[in-house]
Amino acid sequence: MITAERKPLAEIIDSIDDCRRILLVGCNECVTVCSAGGRKEVAMLASALQMDFMKRGKTLDVREMTLERQCDPEYVEQLAPYIGQVDAVVSMACGCGVQEVAKRFRDKRVFPAVNTKFMGASEGPGIWAERCHGCGNCLLGLTGGICPIARCSKRLLNGPCGGSSHGKCEVSDEIDCVWQLIWDRLKELGQEDRYEEIIEAKDWSTERAGGPRKIVREDLAQ
Amino acid sequence: METFEPVIVAFCCHYCAYTAADMAGTMRLNYPTNVKIVRVPCSGKVDTIHMMKALEKGADGVLVAGCLDGDCHFKNGNTKATKRVAFVQKLLEEIGIEPQRLAMVTMSAGMGPRFAKIATEFTEEIRKLGPNPVGAAKQAQAAADKVA
Repeated sequence: MITAERKPLAEIIDSIDDCRRILLVGCNECVTVCSAGGRKEVAMLASALQMDFMKRGKTLDVREMTLERQCDPEYVEQLAPYIGQVDAVVSMACGCGVQEVAKRFRDKRVFPAVNTKFMGASEGPGIWAERCHGCGNCLLGLTGGICPIARCSKRLLNGPCGGSSHGKCEVSDEIDCVWQLIWDRLKELGQEDRYEEIIEAKDWSTERAGGPRKIVREDLAQ
Repeated sequence: METFEPVIVAFCCHYCAYTAADMAGTMRLNYPTNVKIVRVPCSGKVDTIHMMKALEKGADGVLVAGCLDGDCHFKNGNTKATKRVAFVQKLLEEIGIEPQRLAMVTMSAGMGPRFAKIATEFTEEIRKLGPNPVGAAKQAQAAADKVA
């Protein structure tokens, strides 16, 4: 999923300080799963914003809405009946959602309420960790299903650097050395030979180095 | 100046604090009438939004009262509630509302005197803090609307 974290309240408040009515829009997909921008978080933020405004002798009307997916125009369209009634939209979706709203309603200010972080997986309740970098050319088949691009601090492709110590990365004790994980996994699979295979220099043009990316499925595109 | 009588909302777990409050009554113990009890099946059932809404609607203090550590009827509802209270306290701090207005307390069903003591002490603490700024602003707004 795409993970996100709520921005500091002061930053959100600062962006809408001149507003009297806002549309606070959550998303039912990734940000709901990572507890950053689902229906519940929308309700919490709405309550906090209203309390802050009231405390300062101001009023803020907040219309709460949580779309099925904020990154699809079909769902963003559901905001249309309400958009004229508000001064601004505050989105709790990832950056994709914020941009879809901004694209559809060009005369309306749109503010993000979360910082979009990374593509990650859940390590347990309340913990999410980076797992995929979206490099556009997946290597997981060569590395025992563990990604050295997303999980090695240096994105090394052929074994650990000198900073690997007791299975941990030199950047932080809280980061596993991914090459230790890969080696352990290859051993479990009886595929230690794979470790000897040299992975050639990666073509980064499939990543952001090639500019903003797009996928077109001719059979589906209209 | 009028004496400030705080409104305290206490979310009380059915299996401990609610029964303890009942016992306080049976024991003829006095505790302030400021404390309004909401019975919940478990303190773990009290969501962060319930705490926020209580304060947003004008409560001056909110108590979440659950079972003693390790005694939760549903295994760990009280530890979840403790974490949620800490989370909301941080949020309150961010908007400049005293986090002390919200507290997590634990007790067993037999601790009637403890319930009465906590209710009394918490009411006094909130009295010292003064009215919830949100509630005060709401009242001022309502008064202004009336005049207008």
